[in-house]
Amino acid sequence: METVEKKAYSKAGRSAKRRRPFWQTMKQQKYLYAMSVPFVLWVLVFNYLPLWGWTMAFQDFKPARSFWEQEWVGLEHFITLFQDERFYLVLRNTLAMSIMGLLIGFVVPIIFAIFLNEVRVQSFKRTVQTVSYLPHFVSWVVVAGIVTKMLSVDGGVVNELLMTTGLISEPVQFMTKGEWFWVIVTLSDLWKEMGWNSIIFLAAMAGIDPQLYEAAKVDGASRLRQIWHITLPGIRPTILVVLILSIGHLITIGFEKQFLLGNPTVVDYAEVLDLYALNYGIGLGRFSYGTAIGIFNSLVSIILLFLANGIFKRFANQSVM
Amino acid sequence: MTGSRKGWDDRLFDIVNYLFLTVVLLATLYPFLNVLAISLNESTDTVRGGITIFPREFTFANYQAIFEYDNLVTGFMNSTLRTVIGTVLGVFSSAMVAFTLSRGDFQGRKMFSTVLVLTLYFSGGLIPGYMLMRDLHLVDSFWVYVLPGMVNAFNIIIVRSFMDGLPFALQESAKMDGANDFAIFWRIILPLCTPVLATIALFIAVGQWNSWFDTYLYNSSNPDLTTLQFELMKILQNTTVGSTDANAFRSTQGQESTAAAVSPESIKMAISMVTIIPILIVYPFLQRFFVQGMTLGAVKS
Repeated sequence: METVEKKAYSKAGRSAKRRRPFWQTMKQQKYLYAMSVPFVLWVLVFNYLPLWGWTMAFQDFKPARSFWEQEWVGLEHFITLFQDERFYLVLRNTLAMSIMGLLIGFVVPIIFAIFLNEVRVQSFKRTVQTVSYLPHFVSWVVVAGIVTKMLSVDGGVVNELLMTTGLISEPVQFMTKGEWFWVIVTLSDLWKEMGWNSIIFLAAMAGIDPQLYEAAKVDGASRLRQIWHITLPGIRPTILVVLILSIGHLITIGFEKQFLLGNPTVVDYAEVLDLYALNYGIGLGRFSYGTAIGIFNSLVSIILLFLANGIFKRFANQSVM
Repeated sequence: MTGSRKGWDDRLFDIVNYLFLTVVLLATLYPFLNVLAISLNESTDTVRGGITIFPREFTFANYQAIFEYDNLVTGFMNSTLRTVIGTVLGVFSSAMVAFTLSRGDFQGRKMFSTVLVLTLYFSGGLIPGYMLMRDLHLVDSFWVYVLPGMVNAFNIIIVRSFMDGLPFALQESAKMDGANDFAIFWRIILPLCTPVLATIALFIAVGQWNSWFDTYLYNSSNPDLTTLQFELMKILQNTTVGSTDANAFRSTQGQESTAAAVSPESIKMAISMVTIIPILIVYPFLQRFFVQGMTLGAVKS
């Protein structure tokens, strides 16, 4: 049997036999190709071509020169970067806000989903869900405006609440206090995305076999025990996948919140890697330096993603890639 | 064993639970109602403070004032235009690519999927992206709003996982009748995908409506290309440090209270409402779709 097949697919025969069906199928599928190739090319231009721009980080890039006329400087920009004190401050801010965001922004939606899952009054559950998804659809520009308003010293609800409860004797200027900035960013993000991020956990909970809860009830398990022994293990795979992806995005936290909530008085706490790249790269026209910052950012995210994935693969048999 | 018999700890749990969720509900709703109340309150009265969720001196003057502001009207037009064009292009292209990738027999399926999915994990970064837009002559152009993000891997994955759930027999019978692949897509698959297309339409539309950074980066020098969010951002950035600016504003109000009819505070709140209202209008209709879409997309990716 094997030999017969081998004979049939002799070297010349193989390539001829495989190629002809390929081109034939291609012709048959010409509509499918026509419907996908333009968009794949589109992605190559808008998503892959910018990678070519990474070469700028190794040049003394001048926009007026062509690629061949650029002067190559090796790792000079990276060395300057690692010698800049500002870089470490910015890295600290980036890491601080991403780790806070990861811990709070990851744990609270799970708790929120668990609480929601325990609500038996369907109309109340639906109302809370509908309302909690809403801020996700509102732009950061508006959210920043709302946050600034809520935290303001004249008439901001946060200061008023703290004053009436007697926790503070005079209003706190939250927006001008650097040490508050990380907290403000983390909590604003939580306010905006908590409901939205709970959707996936609620969906996972809906997939848990109701018989498990019935059995637990018969055994007299309390609600908390049911959550601990049924709900949490039931959503464990979802939790791990979301965690790995969040770790991968740890350093690419974006800069919208920091840009919009920050102001000159808190800049030492608000500046993150992307903003640093933006200020140097486009603000000051130091394109090569800005690109080097961007590359550092991407490399760290990729390393973190692989690390997280590797750790979880080993300890939890869970992988996203 | 009756289901209604509860232990004290279960009852305590219920109390804590409903309390917690009510606090979440109020904390989410209050800021919106507060903004709404201020936007509908007479501007000089607002400065006195104390507005919570009801306007004290009801007026539409703040809304009138923002529509006399040329940049805002242009911004509103551009935001609407980019939302409509961006959504149509995005939905159409996602649906088409998703269809080819959902076809098990398609030769390009594996390679094209990989090319698309990889874009979820990396990006060229801010500056190379900017340089590319410059080289493509998209800087200082409306098209920079809709073209670069048109083909989005996340949306394609969502649509594709929906299409994977449709029976293949539908396509086979159409093929028997001599329909080509595009006709199958257009006449059979597309109408069946309405729920998932509504989901990604919502995602794209909201993304378009809410973005401001592309205006800031590429088109900030051209007032004809401004967007609503960018205008709002500029106003907010000028008065970010709420207290000092409000105080400065208060003193000018005292001196020439007749001249300045509407305070920046009221303007901010009115524009915020203008940007939120369109979302509020479409939101209730699309909620069940996006929950479904999110779940599908999340499970697949």
